[in-house]
Amino acid sequence: MNATASLRRIGLPRLFLHLSVLLICLLWLIPTAGILVTSFREAGQITASGWWTALTGAAETSAARLADPSTAKQEGSNYVISGSVFEEGKSGTVRAFGTRVAAPTEYDAGEAADIGDGETLVINADGTYIYTKNAPFGDGRGKRVYLSIAQPPTFTLDNYRTVLTSQGIGQSFVNSLTVAVPATIIPILIAAFAAYALSWMEFPGRALIIALVVGLIVVPLQMALIPLLSMYNEIGNLFGLPSRSYAGIWLAHSAFGMPLAIYLLRNYIAGLPREIIESARVDGASDFEIFVKIILPLSFPALASFSIFQFLWTWNDLLVAMVFLGTGKDQLVLTGALNALLGSMGGKWEILTASAFITIIVPIIVFFALQRYLVRGLLAGSVKGG
Amino acid sequence: MAWQIVSSVGVVIAGVFVCALYYWLSDKVLQVIFPVPVDNVRKASVNLNRRAVVRPWLFLGPALVLLAVYLVYPVVATFILSFYDRSGTNFVGLANYRWAIQDAQFRQSIFNNILWLAVVPAACTFFGLVIAVLTDRIWWGNIAKSLIFMPMAISFVGASVIWKFIYEYRGGSETQIGLLNAVVQFFGGDPQVWIALPFWNNFFLMAILVWIQTGFAMVILSAALRGIPEETIEAAVIDGANGWQIFWKIMVPQIWGTIAVVWTTITILVLKVFDIVLTMTNGQWNTMVLANLMFDWMFRGGGDSGRSAVIALVLMAAVTPIMIWNIRQANKETGGH
Repeated sequence: MNATASLRRIGLPRLFLHLSVLLICLLWLIPTAGILVTSFREAGQITASGWWTALTGAAETSAARLADPSTAKQEGSNYVISGSVFEEGKSGTVRAFGTRVAAPTEYDAGEAADIGDGETLVINADGTYIYTKNAPFGDGRGKRVYLSIAQPPTFTLDNYRTVLTSQGIGQSFVNSLTVAVPATIIPILIAAFAAYALSWMEFPGRALIIALVVGLIVVPLQMALIPLLSMYNEIGNLFGLPSRSYAGIWLAHSAFGMPLAIYLLRNYIAGLPREIIESARVDGASDFEIFVKIILPLSFPALASFSIFQFLWTWNDLLVAMVFLGTGKDQLVLTGALNALLGSMGGKWEILTASAFITIIVPIIVFFALQRYLVRGLLAGSVKGG
Repeated sequence: MAWQIVSSVGVVIAGVFVCALYYWLSDKVLQVIFPVPVDNVRKASVNLNRRAVVRPWLFLGPALVLLAVYLVYPVVATFILSFYDRSGTNFVGLANYRWAIQDAQFRQSIFNNILWLAVVPAACTFFGLVIAVLTDRIWWGNIAKSLIFMPMAISFVGASVIWKFIYEYRGGSETQIGLLNAVVQFFGGDPQVWIALPFWNNFFLMAILVWIQTGFAMVILSAALRGIPEETIEAAVIDGANGWQIFWKIMVPQIWGTIAVVWTTITILVLKVFDIVLTMTNGQWNTMVLANLMFDWMFRGGGDSGRSAVIALVLMAAVTPIMIWNIRQANKETGGH
């Protein structure tokens, strides 16, 4: 089947559809690809050329000196100096050359460059050159030329080694885990019990509490910061404890995630079949037993959805960590460390890109591994959204 | 470091254990306080009723305490603090509100927040809807969706580094290594310091949030589009409607509710936008927004709790209509329960 026939089979509109989706995907991927590629490049290459040229190699500017005029040979009316710009035993690929330091790429390799005074210079890609003048060359040293030499693409893990050891990213990684894991697990249990009470127990004020929970989902975090910070300081003073501690941030994250957790879990648990719960009650199971043996196993999808949300939210959070954990060097979580590096290492992209990639790799793995549950959770309660 | 890992694993186990112990123990205590004797039916039924009255509060207890201490109390306290001076001790009436109205930076922040609110939810919903429609019609749509959804897992700080690299500007004759400037140069334009261009820099910051949130809008809207009954579309096709008419007159009206949910969710997120502005510009070059201004006043010159409380209250006031709407919806759903 030839190309036109297959094109006709797919149809032009469908081809256009595929192409536009492909274009959108590329547009969405390119930003992340940029820092991923850059994080594996050497510092010198990062600043010498854009990351999109990484696979074709970078160009490095260097200088070389042509042979002394005393080596010139006469050919007819011209005088010629020839040789190679590379030292003996070395080789490379010349992309372009120039005779002024400000314009090292003035002439392409292989191009005959008229450089004035009746002089012509050709430098080939392999480094050989022919330098011609229509009169004898003067005395003195060989002519200085500037070369743009192609560097083969080199990739390195040095950037990662540097940030993990000397930039404190390794320590921050552990700090982030220390914050995120308990702050994900603690609220699930508390919220699940509350959600069960709100779905399957009769008591006065239930509707009011549900309304309160729904209302609290959208309360901006900013409302909570000032009173909580002063409360933490007072408690710290009273008991002689540090006001900024892991316990403090676990509780804060648990509480801030609580409304959404209760809401999501209640929606799910309230939808479980009534017969299962009632027959267990008839069999004499207590509410505690029903919860542990029936509700928890059945609610696994909802629990998984919420834990992914909460993990992504606590891992990616900057504000709560800055306020409740502080900005000291050994308390910084990954987002805080990255923010600090942006200030102190601005422009050092080999450090920034490697750090950024370490920061985003864990949530991306969680995302691709558990996407199914994430989507389900989003569809169940698209109220808070990060 | 190793010690820290061990201790945090220990805390996770201990925390879960303590939580479970609380619920188990409180249930046991309840059984001891209100026994159900086999030989006394009247007493047994009274105590069973008492257990049923107390038990919900034991289950709800920890959650309610957390909500009260970390969310309800702070909202009230912030409101009260807004009438006090910087240290929160002397009553100053409406002075903080008066300051806010006259402060140039506060006005700038309000203006920028409105700009964000006008652009980001609309852009995310629009792109999300378009991409949902396109990807639903091709066999590799799910892969495409996954890729577009992925930025949602990336932190705002990480995304800021990613985009700062795209907006990177290098002066003089140096090679432009920022993608945007390289593209501009390729088409013959002059490289710019994008994040320092007054007014327009706001849009360069918004692009980051749109990049992150479009996937969210796409996922929700795509599910809604799949929920549209086939018959309505078939009927429109039979009546001779073209693709454009089907989309705008048949599909979009049926998913208005979902579009509203997506729009309001992103609106709330936009109001709280903080990390992106902090890491990209820290509010310089007229990019300040309310959340950053509030954070700034919390710590600036030793902190001013009154002024930053006022700024927080503005955010609170902005989400209140959405909050009321959400509560009404929830009440409607649980009304018959």
